[in-house]
Amino acid sequence: MLKRIPVSSLIGLVFTALFLIVAVFAPFIAPYPTGQIVGGVWEPMSAQYWLGTDNLGRDLLSRMIYGAQITIFISVAATALSFTMGSVLGFAAAVIGGWFEIVMSRLVDLLMAIPTLIFGLVILSVLPTTIPVLIMVMGILDSTRVYRLSRAVAADINVMDFVEAAKLRGEGTGWIIFREILPNALSPLVSELGLRFIYAVLFLSALSFLGLGVQPPEADWGGMVKENKEGIVFGIPAALIPAAAIAALAISVNLVADWILNRTTSLKGGRG
Amino acid sequence: MSGTAHHVDTPPRPKPEDLLLEIRNLKIEARVYPPGETPRDVTIVDGVSLTLARGKVLGLIGESGAGKSTIGLSAMAYGRGGVRITGGEVILNGRDILKTGKDGVRKLRGAEVCYVAQSAAAAFNPAHRLMDQVVEAAILHGSATRAEAEKRAKHLFRKLSLPNPDTIGDRYPHQVSGGQLQRVMTAMALCSEPDLIVFDEPTTALDVTTQIDVLAAIKDAIRDTGVAALYITHDLAVVAQVSDEIMVLRHGKLVEWGGTRQIIKEPRQEYTNALVSVHHIEHEEHAPTANPILSARNITAAYGGGPVKVLKNVSVDIFPGQTLAVVGESGSGKSTLARAITGLLPPEEGSVAFNGRTLSKALKDRTRDDLRELQMIYQMADVAMNPRQTVGTIIGRPLEFYFGMKGRERDKRVAELLDKIEMGKGFIDRYPAELSGGQKQRVCIARALAAKPKLIICDEVTSALDPLVAHGILELLLGLQKDENVAYLFITHDLATVKSIADSIAVMYRGEVVRYGPKSKVLSPPFDAYTDLLLSSVPEMELGWLEKAIKGRRMESAGN
Amino acid sequence: MGGSPILRLIAQRVAMGILLLFAVSALIFAGTQILPGDVAASILGQSATPTALANLRQELGLNDPAYVRYFRWLGGILTGDLGTALTTRQDIATTLGPRLWNTLFLAFWTAVVAIPLAILLGLLAVRYRNGPIDKAISGFALASTSLPEFFIGYLLIFFFAVKLQWFPSISTVYDGMPFLEKLQAIVLPGTALLLVVLAHMMRMTRAAILNVMQSAYVETAELKGLSQLNIIRKHAFPNAIAPIVNVVMLNLAFLVVGVVVVEVIFVYPGMGQYLVDHVAKRDVPVVQAVGLIFAAVYISLNIVADIASILANPRLRHPR
Repeated sequence: MLKRIPVSSLIGLVFTALFLIVAVFAPFIAPYPTGQIVGGVWEPMSAQYWLGTDNLGRDLLSRMIYGAQITIFISVAATALSFTMGSVLGFAAAVIGGWFEIVMSRLVDLLMAIPTLIFGLVILSVLPTTIPVLIMVMGILDSTRVYRLSRAVAADINVMDFVEAAKLRGEGTGWIIFREILPNALSPLVSELGLRFIYAVLFLSALSFLGLGVQPPEADWGGMVKENKEGIVFGIPAALIPAAAIAALAISVNLVADWILNRTTSLKGGRG
Repeated sequence: MSGTAHHVDTPPRPKPEDLLLEIRNLKIEARVYPPGETPRDVTIVDGVSLTLARGKVLGLIGESGAGKSTIGLSAMAYGRGGVRITGGEVILNGRDILKTGKDGVRKLRGAEVCYVAQSAAAAFNPAHRLMDQVVEAAILHGSATRAEAEKRAKHLFRKLSLPNPDTIGDRYPHQVSGGQLQRVMTAMALCSEPDLIVFDEPTTALDVTTQIDVLAAIKDAIRDTGVAALYITHDLAVVAQVSDEIMVLRHGKLVEWGGTRQIIKEPRQEYTNALVSVHHIEHEEHAPTANPILSARNITAAYGGGPVKVLKNVSVDIFPGQTLAVVGESGSGKSTLARAITGLLPPEEGSVAFNGRTLSKALKDRTRDDLRELQMIYQMADVAMNPRQTVGTIIGRPLEFYFGMKGRERDKRVAELLDKIEMGKGFIDRYPAELSGGQKQRVCIARALAAKPKLIICDEVTSALDPLVAHGILELLLGLQKDENVAYLFITHDLATVKSIADSIAVMYRGEVVRYGPKSKVLSPPFDAYTDLLLSSVPEMELGWLEKAIKGRRMESAGN
Repeated sequence: MGGSPILRLIAQRVAMGILLLFAVSALIFAGTQILPGDVAASILGQSATPTALANLRQELGLNDPAYVRYFRWLGGILTGDLGTALTTRQDIATTLGPRLWNTLFLAFWTAVVAIPLAILLGLLAVRYRNGPIDKAISGFALASTSLPEFFIGYLLIFFFAVKLQWFPSISTVYDGMPFLEKLQAIVLPGTALLLVVLAHMMRMTRAAILNVMQSAYVETAELKGLSQLNIIRKHAFPNAIAPIVNVVMLNLAFLVVGVVVVEVIFVYPGMGQYLVDHVAKRDVPVVQAVGLIFAAVYISLNIVADIASILANPRLRHPR
């Protein structure tokens, strides 16, 4: 099966897996504790400090590894939240219809009328920036997109003849959602999962970069860009490393999501 | 591939000075992208040759996948969507157009050869007025000035009996009806005064009463202008009306080629014979019995409670083990009647009695037995089955749901049902995508049968199928009716089908039943105006039928 | 030709947009009320005495119910009064004016470059579909949707400002600055923004053109013997223009949001930086006002996009 994967997708898979492993086993991999000052400020790359040191003289590689953990943990949690909320409400709206659908859809329209980053900033201006709050805000704001997609997908399937046939047979709502609609909605939703995760990573990084995400002394990759950005004007590229890591993670997941989307749509075969 | 023979008799070759088009040994390939496999090339047309004299019409006929459109377009050196002409010659007016290069091809398209598409609605640019599009090619190729071309176009509009021929050109495509648009497209093709027109299923998308007008208009225009034509269709009765010669194709190969009379009267190949005799099913009409299985009384229905009634005061009876055919054109309300009976669209007025009890209007209030005994089969078998369920699950679910069958008992019954639909239990683990069109429809029939119904509603169940496959489905349905004593409510727009299977007929027009009774009565004169129009519009495989039908009409068709 | 149905549709769309804007203002206001703490507490800090708090609440009108405060705020905005910043005690409208202007300046010049470039590249991708140019363009598109703005921004600074020293690393603009100097100052932030929106705009343009090019009427034109150029000019372009305008407007809406991060990267004195600063300082009146302006621009661009597609539909332009 593996040999049918295109090279680009394979690269995406390998890197995604690598990032995940690093995130999970961060404390075992990192050479130094995350907060420990080990050397001078912005020391260059060396055998001792593979990626050099940061603005306070901490080992950049160790911070990157712990940063991977924080970045990926928050993004996964926010994606899980947005996905559960969005898809459950979206499916329910499509199948139940009526006032429930109207209210939910208008609410989502309203939330989506404000750019996510702007509304996030508005809310974070009054809420404490703790990790649970970040996950909640990111998850809820992004669930609007999942809601729209899953409602549209479910509504498309809901009007198909095979669902009508099930209704004519007398099947209950449970069978119709879980046995008729869900199996057919899975492929677009799975690839959307990848895209939502990328979006969560980018959103979190932007917030942290703006100083409104993960708070020091802990840092995700976006926060590390912020910490080290002053070095750029002195020609010290420390800030570019976490920024590149974000890009690499996003591209890898993108490649995987692309592959899943292509693979699953072709599975549909003769559906025409 | 049986039935294809290389020693096929061909009609006499035209005299050299009459020869317009000659195709020699045409080979056309396309690249297909099967899911999860490397792309590969398939041959769509293989070794087809033909000749066409000036002013003559050659009909290309075959089922889907026969390669007939592809051959037609090759006369314009065009391959649609990744289709490539890989071998042979296409000689038009004495030169091989496959070798004339891009500019040469551009010069002949729209000048020497023009094209009439199946869906004129899509083929016209929505942003421009009709006239601008009709005269475009003539002006481009310098065959007329704008004024001359417009004059010619108006003349053609008149000849094609379009309403308001002097002003219809000012309209936009969406402002005229489908039947009119199809004629405007014919005018567009004729406007450049080409030597050859490729008609690609020009009447297939139209209602039957509109089709006949367009067909007559096209035929007259061809005769009066003396243009030659390749007429592509899947309907032998239609092509028999317009062609001098007919070529039967299957799987991209020539089956038989001959004069129109010879093909429809004395087909020499078995496959042609099957096509010609396809509608002939013997079915003896049953008389109504005392107690109908289903009795719909004074049904009136509208969508979303709107003011437009899609059904008006409709009453019909269906008797046990018999077939009621409901016939009508699109928009007549025949499918809505099915939705009202099944409870998907609760009627505003009227009642439905089934098996002696009155059915609740709404689906959700009906008992499980009511649901079980009234089953439905759809037009598009593709979307009537969950693509993620196997044939076994699809047929087995009603057994589980209505009879609580499980495990081996259920599998045994599924195998029996698969036998009944002449498929065999080897299909039990297949997915719908792995079945052919006819097989899909058979599985849907088995699913309906699994419920042991007393009545099955068949909504255009053969319309999406090729004639031979449709024929098989009809025979299967009739056989099952005999064995299981099941009644059918058979909804269709195809009168030929009705004649083959119905015991009684209801003719619907604009939401009302305009004629209703036993088949023999409904189909014998005196007729009401609409039934007359409908009956006279069904193409018959007779030479000269079209002229006779047009002459005998009493009513204008709606799409006109 | 009856122009009235189309005018009615447009009027409807605009009315819906205005309604939406009011709803959004309520949402933004509500979004800043979700915590029990209030503005008075955040001004005075934790050590404030209850009396001082009560006085300040009285002074700021915080004892009124939320809806009264909302309408007071909304009424102020409609009359051009955006309120007073808590941290600086300055009038928000006066401070915001030049910054709004700076942001629009940056966004405008980025759009001027981005739109023709995106359309050109989109056309090229369609023209040489599935060829190397198309592949390169879609690869670039995939990459750039995954790149955070600050990665692009700091890369630009690192190479063009620090290593090559072609442009300043901090994009200062001020009142009365000569136009060309101003332009030079926004080259780097503009480029960063450009790269952020370009890929998306290009990809959508390509899809819009391709959709038209694969339609049956383009085939008809081809079968009439029209040249490729004429097919595009006469048949594809009139139908593609609306979807393209639609794409452009939607992407300008993205651009306006992208401005926030880019301004912070280049320390550009625009509205985005102003917003971020005051979010950190928890200066709620400023956040509300700036948030509303961003939302208004975003919604307006979306309305323009919708109107473009209404105008372009011949069925609506020439009703039966």
